[in-house]
Amino acid sequence: MKCDIVLAGVGGQGILSIAAVLGRAALEQGLHIKQAEVHGMAQRGGAVQSHFRMSSDAVASDVIPLNQADLILSMEPMEALRYLPWLKEEGWVVSNNQPVDNIAAYPELASIHAALQALPHHVLFDGVSVATEHGSARALNMVMLGAASPFVPLAVEVLEQSIRTQFAHKDAKVVQTNLDVFRAARSLALQNMPQTT
Amino acid sequence: MTIKQNKQLMLGDEAIAQGALDAGISGVYAYPGTPSTEITEYIQASADAAKRGVHREWSSNEKTAMESALGMAYAGRRALVCMKHVGLNVAADAFINAAITGVQGGLVVVVADDPSMHSSQNEQDSRYYADFAGIPFFEPRHQQEAYDMMASAFDLSERCRLPVLMRITTRLAHSRADVARGEARPENPLNPPKDHRQFTLLPANARRNYQALLDRQAELFAFSEASPFNTSEPGTDTSLGIIATGLAGNYLDEVSAGNHPVVYIRQYPLPVAMVTFLYEECDELLVIEEGAPFIEKKLVGLLGEHKPVHGRCTGALPRTGELTPDLVRAAMRKKSEPPRTILDIVRPRPPQLCKGCPHIDTYLFLNAALEEHLEGRVFSDIGCYTLGALPPFESIHTCVDMGASITMAKGASDAGLRPALAVIGDSTFTHSGMTGLLDAVHEKTNCTILILDNDTTGMTGQQVSMATGRLEQICLGLGVAEEHLRIVVPLKKNHEENVAVLQEEIAYSGVSVIIARRACVQIKRRV
Repeated sequence: MKCDIVLAGVGGQGILSIAAVLGRAALEQGLHIKQAEVHGMAQRGGAVQSHFRMSSDAVASDVIPLNQADLILSMEPMEALRYLPWLKEEGWVVSNNQPVDNIAAYPELASIHAALQALPHHVLFDGVSVATEHGSARALNMVMLGAASPFVPLAVEVLEQSIRTQFAHKDAKVVQTNLDVFRAARSLALQNMPQTT
Repeated sequence: MTIKQNKQLMLGDEAIAQGALDAGISGVYAYPGTPSTEITEYIQASADAAKRGVHREWSSNEKTAMESALGMAYAGRRALVCMKHVGLNVAADAFINAAITGVQGGLVVVVADDPSMHSSQNEQDSRYYADFAGIPFFEPRHQQEAYDMMASAFDLSERCRLPVLMRITTRLAHSRADVARGEARPENPLNPPKDHRQFTLLPANARRNYQALLDRQAELFAFSEASPFNTSEPGTDTSLGIIATGLAGNYLDEVSAGNHPVVYIRQYPLPVAMVTFLYEECDELLVIEEGAPFIEKKLVGLLGEHKPVHGRCTGALPRTGELTPDLVRAAMRKKSEPPRTILDIVRPRPPQLCKGCPHIDTYLFLNAALEEHLEGRVFSDIGCYTLGALPPFESIHTCVDMGASITMAKGASDAGLRPALAVIGDSTFTHSGMTGLLDAVHEKTNCTILILDNDTTGMTGQQVSMATGRLEQICLGLGVAEEHLRIVVPLKKNHEENVAVLQEEIAYSGVSVIIARRACVQIKRRV
């Protein structure tokens, strides 16, 4: 088993927490992991990405070769498009459709959505609404992980346990909110999968 | 197939930190700098380090860190010192001379290079520094090796009685992998040297020590030839032999070396016999190394130009920037499918100052005050505030190295360029700005210095700032006149008042310091 994921977003959207949840779950399942992250200045509202690789065999490179990612998981629609050169021919893109418009001349949103919808395997939805419906816009990252979870070869209960651990230092309500949004988005993705293939 | 239960996910930086703790260090010394910061932060957070009383406070800069670590190694204990690549420039005086004194306890210098300049102003390759100093150096390939190598590096340091450098790059520093811990070794007892000549580099002693260092080089080469970190993989296709160093070996394995013979190098000085053997066996060589063409250039000198040696100098690999599996694949002339392209609608998204950042208000009043002085220049420094060079502010005109704001403003003012302003953060000021301010005070230079005091070392993740609580005292102590030491609070409501203060100080023909003080918004978020 081998799975390569590009995590994408804007600094502050919490992709490193997604990586941490995935990494802990993969370690729990006895897999080898390499996960390259971006620290430092780029985290200040800029484009950020993390390459997450897990495999039953040892992983050589810390970064994913072009054309080899099984999944792009993005917190922001334009950011999903930035990493298309890494996506496998048959790979999936799971992206939030709500933009983070913190740059001059953000492109027309409809053209961004159209480009994502033109991909053969995609899940594009309003993750922000799912997060806010459950009371926390900050939980967007766990919404997106939930939506991507059907495409990730990790047991859902192991992922959920990893989410509990991730937020264990916060109060029980935060843990529950993150589990709720994860589950809600997961079922949303599972329901919509046939239409998006 | 599954990995061992005792494994933990660790950043390369964290693996180094844990490796150093398990190698029995008594202290770590460092100034924060991406991508090296997390090494020290890991040790600061370690319960084991706290229990043992391992020294783990930040230093004012890399030079003070290097010298303190040398002092700990003088005392016979093991010391770790960490920095980013440009930090080694700051520490270079101590570093080079530590090779002349040698050490009593083990001293390992971890330097994190930043090829592709993710968070830096250059991509200098620290292997040149270690080579220049004449000391052994390591280049771990992955996180587990980074952990394992710390024990080897400290042992080698004590065996050779020399500092040892470990060179990593951003990709290893900031990538996580599963790492298994080994046995922990106790710390060294106090054991300062009895011969006082060793560390007293008067010319007579220095000449003797330097000769001893040169005499030891053959032994260092022998260690490299025999090192378990330098390995050969035989191959039947000798049309091409491959040398891969450190992390680059992973990219080679990712795309597969096929049947070509390979030498993987992770310990230096360069194991010449291993490399010569490969050269003689093969028709051509390809050198894959992260950073500068360090080995590639040595090979051409060492072996002549009788056979082609491909690498970064020849264009087989790009001369600058980080390697990737795809670049290595292309260098091996392997075919690959063209990837999808990035659509034109995708715009760049550069980093920017955080919402509510005090630097925003500072740049707004700075720009307003300078509207009447368009001939003036603003010399800036290294920190989040360097983002003030970008739209919408475009407030600053230089960024060169830690501390260069004040000194460049001074030189430009000496040349007659007025008004000459400097913008420097509080932590950068105590790192390397204070001596420049003393120069300006001594000569009563006409310049205006803004110290952006946000109570922290912001860009690297809110580490303690040595300036906090003592900035005014430092400035006054250095001789800044009390009436030209002004404190302002960069807030929108104070804008007009702040513009007026800056205009007054620009008008003053001497050294003015304006402290723009408001806490970093990230500090509050962290609590």
